[in-house]
Amino acid sequence: MRLKYTPKPPIVLDLTPMIDVTFQLIAFFMFLMNFSQIERAEEIMLPTSAVAVPPRELPAYQIILNLVEDGSVIHDGQRIEKVDFITSLLRREIGAAARQNVGNPGDISVVLRAHQDAPTGLVQELIKKCQESELEKFSLRVKEKK
Amino acid sequence: MRIRSHRRDVAPIDMTAMIDIVFQLMAFFVMTFKVTAMEADFKVRMPLSSEAATPIDELLPRVIQVDLSAGAERNIAAIDVLCDANTATFTGATMFDQLTAFVQQELSREGDAASATGVEVEFVIDPALRYYWTVQAMEAVSGKLQPDGSVQRLVEKIRFREPG
Repeated sequence: MRLKYTPKPPIVLDLTPMIDVTFQLIAFFMFLMNFSQIERAEEIMLPTSAVAVPPRELPAYQIILNLVEDGSVIHDGQRIEKVDFITSLLRREIGAAARQNVGNPGDISVVLRAHQDAPTGLVQELIKKCQESELEKFSLRVKEKK
Repeated sequence: MRIRSHRRDVAPIDMTAMIDIVFQLMAFFVMTFKVTAMEADFKVRMPLSSEAATPIDELLPRVIQVDLSAGAERNIAAIDVLCDANTATFTGATMFDQLTAFVQQELSREGDAASATGVEVEFVIDPALRYYWTVQAMEAVSGKLQPDGSVQRLVEKIRFREPG
Protein backbone atom coordinates (compact mmCIF):
# COMPACT_ATOMS: atom_id res chain seq x y z
CA MET A 1 0.00 0.00 0.00
CA ARG A 2 1.30 3.40 -0.83
CA LEU A 3 1.45 5.81 2.10
CA LYS A 4 0.32 9.30 1.39
CA TYR A 5 2.61 11.99 2.82
CA THR A 6 0.68 14.76 4.54
CA PRO A 7 2.90 17.65 5.70
CA LYS A 8 2.09 18.89 9.22
CA PRO A 9 1.21 22.58 9.51
CA PRO A 10 3.97 24.56 11.31
CA ILE A 11 3.23 25.46 14.93
CA VAL A 12 2.84 29.21 15.19
CA LEU A 13 3.63 30.70 18.60
CA ASP A 14 1.98 34.00 19.38
CA LEU A 15 4.78 36.02 20.95
CA THR A 16 2.79 39.22 21.34
CA PRO A 17 1.85 38.92 25.06
CA MET A 18 5.42 37.97 26.01
CA ILE A 19 6.89 40.93 24.14
CA ASP A 20 4.27 43.25 25.70
CA VAL A 21 5.16 42.10 29.21
CA THR A 22 8.89 42.30 28.55
CA PHE A 23 8.63 45.86 27.25
CA GLN A 24 6.59 46.84 30.28
CA LEU A 25 9.25 45.37 32.56
CA ILE A 26 11.96 47.31 30.73
CA ALA A 27 9.95 50.51 31.09
CA PHE A 28 9.50 49.79 34.81
CA PHE A 29 13.23 49.34 35.39
CA MET A 30 14.07 52.40 33.33
CA PHE A 31 11.75 54.60 35.36
CA LEU A 32 13.08 53.25 38.63
CA MET A 33 16.69 53.52 37.64
CA ASN A 34 18.07 56.23 39.85
CA PHE A 35 20.53 58.31 37.92
CA SER A 36 21.33 60.33 41.05
CA GLN A 37 23.33 57.27 42.14
CA ILE A 38 26.19 58.85 40.24
CA GLU A 39 26.21 61.59 42.86
CA ARG A 40 26.39 59.09 45.69
CA ALA A 41 29.50 57.31 46.78
CA GLU A 42 28.83 53.72 47.72
CA GLU A 43 31.52 53.69 50.40
CA ILE A 44 29.74 56.32 52.47
CA MET A 45 27.79 54.83 55.34
CA LEU A 46 25.41 57.54 56.46
CA PRO A 47 24.28 57.87 60.07
CA THR A 48 20.57 57.23 60.60
CA SER A 49 17.90 59.51 61.99
CA ALA A 50 14.15 59.29 62.51
CA VAL A 51 13.73 63.04 62.93
CA ALA A 52 15.49 64.44 59.85
CA VAL A 53 13.24 65.75 57.10
CA PRO A 54 13.32 64.14 53.63
CA PRO A 55 14.15 66.69 50.89
CA ARG A 56 10.81 67.74 49.39
CA GLU A 57 11.91 69.99 46.59
CA LEU A 58 15.06 70.17 44.56
CA PRO A 59 16.99 73.40 45.26
CA ALA A 60 17.84 75.76 42.43
CA TYR A 61 21.39 74.42 42.49
CA GLN A 62 23.02 71.91 44.77
CA ILE A 63 26.54 70.64 45.32
CA ILE A 64 26.77 67.12 46.72
CA LEU A 65 29.95 66.45 48.68
CA ASN A 66 30.67 62.95 49.97
CA LEU A 67 33.09 62.95 52.89
CA VAL A 68 34.93 59.65 53.33
CA GLU A 69 36.24 58.51 56.70
CA ASP A 70 39.87 59.09 55.63
CA GLY A 71 39.23 62.77 54.91
CA SER A 72 38.93 62.59 51.14
CA VAL A 73 35.95 64.15 49.38
CA ILE A 74 34.09 62.57 46.46
CA HIS A 75 32.18 64.84 44.14
CA ASP A 76 30.56 63.66 40.92
CA GLY A 77 32.72 60.51 40.91
CA GLN A 78 35.92 62.53 41.32
CA ARG A 79 37.98 62.02 44.48
CA ILE A 80 39.78 64.92 46.14
CA GLU A 81 42.36 63.64 48.58
CA LYS A 82 42.07 66.39 51.19
CA VAL A 83 39.41 68.86 52.28
CA ASP A 84 41.97 71.67 51.81
CA PHE A 85 42.01 71.12 48.05
CA ILE A 86 38.29 71.63 47.56
CA THR A 87 38.33 75.38 46.90
CA SER A 88 38.93 75.09 43.15
CA LEU A 89 36.06 72.59 42.85
CA LEU A 90 33.72 74.94 44.73
CA ARG A 91 34.76 77.85 42.52
CA ARG A 92 33.98 75.75 39.46
CA GLU A 93 30.58 74.77 40.85
CA ILE A 94 29.71 78.37 41.76
CA GLY A 95 30.58 79.34 38.18
CA ALA A 96 28.34 76.57 36.86
CA ALA A 97 25.53 77.75 39.15
CA ALA A 98 25.92 81.32 37.88
CA ARG A 99 25.49 80.04 34.32
CA GLN A 100 22.19 78.50 35.47
CA ASN A 101 21.04 81.88 36.82
CA VAL A 102 21.91 81.11 40.45
CA GLY A 103 24.28 84.01 40.81
CA ASN A 104 24.29 84.32 44.57
CA PRO A 105 26.42 81.58 46.21
CA GLY A 106 24.19 81.94 49.29
CA ASP A 107 21.34 80.38 47.30
CA ILE A 108 23.34 77.26 46.47
CA SER A 109 22.57 74.29 48.66
CA VAL A 110 25.51 72.16 49.79
CA VAL A 111 24.56 68.58 50.60
CA LEU A 112 27.08 66.96 52.91
CA ARG A 113 27.05 63.18 52.89
CA ALA A 114 29.58 62.29 55.56
CA HIS A 115 30.54 58.79 56.66
CA GLN A 116 29.24 58.06 60.15
CA ASP A 117 32.74 57.25 61.44
CA ALA A 118 34.37 60.39 60.02
CA PRO A 119 35.67 62.81 62.67
CA THR A 120 33.25 65.70 63.14
CA GLY A 121 36.25 68.03 62.84
CA LEU A 122 36.53 67.07 59.17
CA VAL A 123 32.86 67.90 58.60
CA GLN A 124 33.38 71.27 60.24
CA GLU A 125 36.51 71.85 58.16
CA LEU A 126 34.55 71.09 54.99
CA ILE A 127 31.79 73.48 56.07
CA LYS A 128 34.40 76.16 56.76
CA LYS A 129 35.91 75.73 53.29
CA CYS A 130 32.44 76.15 51.80
CA GLN A 131 31.80 79.22 53.94
CA GLU A 132 35.02 80.76 52.64
CA SER A 133 33.49 80.41 49.17
CA GLU A 134 30.39 82.29 50.43
CA LEU A 135 28.24 79.16 50.58
CA GLU A 136 25.94 79.20 53.59
CA LYS A 137 23.09 76.74 53.02
CA PHE A 138 24.01 73.28 54.22
CA SER A 139 22.09 70.02 54.39
CA LEU A 140 23.61 67.28 56.48
CA ARG A 141 22.33 64.15 54.84
CA VAL A 142 21.40 61.07 56.86
CA LYS A 143 19.66 57.78 56.18
CA GLU A 144 16.02 57.79 57.15
CA LYS A 145 15.23 55.50 60.07
CA LYS A 146 11.80 53.91 59.87
CA MET B 1 -17.21 38.23 -14.76
CA ARG B 2 -16.42 36.49 -11.61
CA ILE B 3 -13.65 38.05 -9.54
CA ARG B 4 -11.31 35.56 -8.02
CA SER B 5 -10.12 36.50 -4.64
CA HIS B 6 -6.36 36.20 -4.21
CA ARG B 7 -5.27 35.21 -0.74
CA ARG B 8 -2.22 37.30 0.12
CA ASP B 9 0.73 35.50 1.61
CA VAL B 10 1.54 36.60 5.15
CA ALA B 11 5.05 38.08 5.27
CA PRO B 12 6.85 36.39 8.17
CA ILE B 13 8.72 38.74 10.50
CA ASP B 14 11.71 37.22 12.24
CA MET B 15 11.38 38.31 15.87
CA THR B 16 14.46 36.48 17.14
CA ALA B 17 16.87 39.42 16.96
CA MET B 18 14.46 41.79 18.69
CA ILE B 19 13.67 39.33 21.46
CA ASP B 20 17.40 38.76 21.97
CA ILE B 21 18.00 42.48 22.43
CA VAL B 22 14.98 42.90 24.68
CA PHE B 23 16.13 40.09 26.94
CA GLN B 24 19.62 41.54 27.11
CA LEU B 25 18.16 44.90 28.12
CA MET B 26 16.06 43.14 30.74
CA ALA B 27 19.11 41.36 32.12
CA PHE B 28 21.01 44.67 32.28
CA PHE B 29 18.29 46.47 34.20
CA VAL B 30 17.68 43.56 36.57
CA MET B 31 21.41 43.32 37.36
CA THR B 32 21.94 47.03 37.89
CA PHE B 33 18.76 47.64 39.85
CA LYS B 34 19.45 48.47 43.46
CA VAL B 35 16.98 49.39 46.14
CA THR B 36 18.39 52.34 48.04
CA ALA B 37 17.34 53.59 51.44
CA MET B 38 15.53 56.91 51.65
CA GLU B 39 17.62 59.84 52.76
CA ALA B 40 16.76 62.89 54.82
CA ASP B 41 18.40 66.16 55.77
CA PHE B 42 19.25 68.31 58.75
CA LYS B 43 19.24 71.83 57.39
CA VAL B 44 21.92 74.13 58.73
CA ARG B 45 22.36 77.75 57.70
CA MET B 46 25.80 79.07 58.50
CA PRO B 47 27.07 82.29 56.97
CA LEU B 48 30.75 82.88 57.66
CA SER B 49 30.42 86.25 59.37
CA SER B 50 26.99 86.01 60.95
CA GLU B 51 27.99 87.88 64.08
CA ALA B 52 29.13 90.97 62.19
CA ALA B 53 26.06 91.05 59.97
CA THR B 54 23.53 91.01 62.80
CA PRO B 55 21.81 94.39 63.13
CA ILE B 56 21.90 95.86 66.64
CA ASP B 57 18.15 96.42 66.84
CA GLU B 58 17.35 92.86 65.76
CA LEU B 59 15.98 90.67 68.52
CA LEU B 60 18.72 88.21 69.34
CA PRO B 61 17.58 84.60 69.69
CA ARG B 62 18.14 82.60 72.84
CA VAL B 63 21.03 80.28 72.30
CA ILE B 64 21.40 76.87 73.87
CA GLN B 65 25.05 75.95 73.75
CA VAL B 66 25.67 72.21 73.51
CA ASP B 67 29.22 70.93 74.01
CA LEU B 68 29.93 67.37 72.89
CA SER B 69 33.12 65.81 74.20
CA ALA B 70 34.77 62.66 72.89
CA GLY B 71 36.04 59.82 74.99
CA ALA B 72 37.45 56.38 74.26
CA GLU B 73 37.44 55.29 70.61
CA ARG B 74 36.09 58.70 69.61
CA ASN B 75 32.71 57.87 71.14
CA ILE B 76 30.73 60.45 73.03
CA ALA B 77 31.72 60.89 76.67
CA ALA B 78 29.50 63.74 77.92
CA ILE B 79 27.16 66.50 76.84
CA ASP B 80 27.44 69.89 78.53
CA VAL B 81 24.64 72.36 77.99
CA LEU B 82 24.43 76.03 78.75
CA CYS B 83 21.43 78.33 78.29
CA ASP B 84 21.35 81.72 79.99
CA ALA B 85 22.41 80.75 83.51
CA ASN B 86 21.29 77.13 83.29
CA THR B 87 24.02 74.56 82.97
CA ALA B 88 23.92 70.80 83.04
CA THR B 89 26.05 67.81 82.18
CA PHE B 90 24.60 64.62 80.77
CA THR B 91 26.36 61.27 80.72
CA GLY B 92 25.44 57.63 80.36
CA ALA B 93 23.04 55.78 78.13
CA THR B 94 20.22 58.30 78.50
CA MET B 95 22.28 61.42 77.73
CA PHE B 96 20.43 62.16 74.50
CA ASP B 97 17.03 61.78 76.20
CA GLN B 98 18.25 64.18 78.89
CA LEU B 99 19.37 66.62 76.21
CA THR B 100 15.94 66.46 74.56
CA ALA B 101 14.26 67.05 77.94
CA PHE B 102 16.52 70.07 78.58
CA VAL B 103 15.69 71.56 75.17
CA GLN B 104 11.97 70.98 75.73
CA GLN B 105 12.22 72.70 79.11
CA GLU B 106 14.01 75.70 77.60
CA LEU B 107 11.50 75.91 74.76
CA SER B 108 8.57 75.83 77.17
CA ARG B 109 9.94 79.06 78.70
CA GLU B 110 9.45 80.66 75.29
CA GLY B 111 5.79 79.70 75.38
CA ASP B 112 4.52 77.00 73.07
CA ALA B 113 7.42 74.66 72.41
CA ALA B 114 6.27 74.01 68.88
CA SER B 115 6.38 77.68 67.92
CA ALA B 116 9.54 78.68 69.73
CA THR B 117 11.39 79.82 66.64
CA GLY B 118 13.51 82.29 68.56
CA VAL B 119 15.72 79.59 70.01
CA GLU B 120 18.94 78.42 68.43
CA VAL B 121 21.25 75.56 69.28
CA GLU B 122 24.95 76.13 68.92
CA PHE B 123 27.09 73.01 68.89
CA VAL B 124 30.67 73.08 70.09
CA ILE B 125 32.00 69.66 69.16
CA ASP B 126 35.25 67.89 69.90
CA PRO B 127 36.84 67.53 66.42
CA ALA B 128 37.74 63.88 67.09
CA LEU B 129 34.15 62.85 67.85
CA ARG B 130 32.63 60.36 65.42
CA TYR B 131 30.11 62.09 63.16
CA TYR B 132 27.53 59.46 64.16
CA TRP B 133 27.32 61.01 67.65
CA THR B 134 27.03 64.51 66.25
CA VAL B 135 23.98 63.41 64.25
CA GLN B 136 22.51 61.76 67.36
CA ALA B 137 22.87 65.04 69.25
CA MET B 138 21.35 67.00 66.35
CA GLU B 139 18.45 64.57 66.35
CA ALA B 140 17.98 65.04 70.10
CA VAL B 141 17.61 68.82 69.76
CA SER B 142 15.64 68.78 66.48
CA GLY B 143 12.71 66.69 67.52
CA LYS B 144 11.25 63.92 69.56
CA LEU B 145 9.73 60.77 68.14
CA GLN B 146 6.29 60.19 69.64
CA PRO B 147 4.89 56.70 70.40
CA ASP B 148 2.43 57.07 67.50
CA GLY B 149 5.33 57.57 65.07
CA SER B 150 4.87 61.31 64.61
CA VAL B 151 7.67 63.76 65.35
CA GLN B 152 7.39 66.67 67.74
CA ARG B 153 9.61 69.36 66.24
CA LEU B 154 11.87 71.24 68.61
CA VAL B 155 14.70 73.53 67.52
CA GLU B 156 15.09 74.24 63.80
CA LYS B 157 18.02 76.63 63.92
CA ILE B 158 21.26 74.77 64.39
CA ARG B 159 24.79 75.99 63.91
CA PHE B 160 28.31 74.87 64.67
CA ARG B 161 31.04 76.78 66.43
CA GLU B 162 34.65 75.78 66.54
CA PRO B 163 35.87 74.82 70.01
CA GLY B 164 38.30 77.11 71.81
